[in-house]
Amino acid sequence: MKCRACRAPAVIEVRRHNANFCREHFLRLCRDQVTRAIDDFSMIAPTDRVLVAVSGGKDSLGLWHLLRELGYEADGLYIGLGIGDYSEASAAHARAFASRHDLTLIEIDVPTDYGFDVPTGSRAARRTPCSACGLSKRHLFDKAAVDGGYDVVATGHNLDDEAAVLFGNTLRWQAEYLGRQRPVLEARPGFPRKVKPLVRLGERELAAYCVLQDIDYIVDECPMAAGNRHLGYKEALNVVEARSPGAKFEFYTRFLANAADRFQPEVDADRAALEPCTRCGSPATGDLCAFCRLVERAAPDTAQPVELLPTRAGGAAV
Amino acid sequence: MVVVKVQLRNPRREVELTGPLAVSALLEQLAIHRDTVLVIRDGELVPGDQRLPDDAVVEIRPVISGGCDEPLTACRTGAR
Repeated sequence: MKCRACRAPAVIEVRRHNANFCREHFLRLCRDQVTRAIDDFSMIAPTDRVLVAVSGGKDSLGLWHLLRELGYEADGLYIGLGIGDYSEASAAHARAFASRHDLTLIEIDVPTDYGFDVPTGSRAARRTPCSACGLSKRHLFDKAAVDGGYDVVATGHNLDDEAAVLFGNTLRWQAEYLGRQRPVLEARPGFPRKVKPLVRLGERELAAYCVLQDIDYIVDECPMAAGNRHLGYKEALNVVEARSPGAKFEFYTRFLANAADRFQPEVDADRAALEPCTRCGSPATGDLCAFCRLVERAAPDTAQPVELLPTRAGGAAV
Repeated sequence: MVVVKVQLRNPRREVELTGPLAVSALLEQLAIHRDTVLVIRDGELVPGDQRLPDDAVVEIRPVISGGCDEPLTACRTGAR
């Protein structure tokens, strides 16, 4: 196998591009794809302060690395969800990456700061673990970004993630969700701007990027995610992709170009007037926001949330 | 007999295959689609056409991440 660009020995084949790449040109491809996504959708301005949602996995650590390589000022935020050994291990990967690259990692620990862990708290609140986890992370990322004065939150959703979510939303024709599935969600009062710079890269490409850059990410999957529908959608799309390389990219990008706008009326109609949550100040449709309601049910004896304490990995508070 | 040791995940286990053989043949024997994994040897990516030498030890690392059952997002990175 030879690199398409330089004819040196290739280290990876990318069937979607019908090409093989050496290390140097594959890393350049990854940087170029992220640059193009950022430029095409006006995701991040050069002077923006970026908060990266960090899980310790390949996508978020790869994203953090890529954004820094491209010259953006980017801190990380890790949220501990109390999912046993998995949370311990994923936190260790996030901390080690930040320390090695001398980056600022903010940490929130849900059991310590809010009095519940996702497995038991979700049962108490009669939610699925994924629902309680997603709700908690969205709230805490939003709040940390707004409170910390960040211009934008960057998440590690890749092309496979977005195609699978689109597939699931399309199967059920969830118009409001389809209208919101965009690579950029603009800021609103109480909500930061959110961007997905990895939408032009597949997850195999992200994993390869991490291996080639010697990024030590957590490979094991969240035990709560095993067997969920999202994985089923990915498997179904991978069957299609195996027969038609590039199908996932076409599915997602043509949706953005040709169909996403058609669902905007449903998004606008769903936007109820939001008032500040009486407990935490975040946007809410009632007295309490969804996260504070979750905390109330999952940890009824919990005190008020603590302030965030940004720390530079491996050392003193900054 | 030459043996290639293969480390697999989810669950973690190790299998031995008769070598030498190409990476593509190894994946075929294990019924694993090339696009769902990386093959790694001594910390380096191994392309599909490469022939694994005697006594090679390789890791087959899955690349498909979980996500969640919430309808709108993939869960692990927390976007709304």
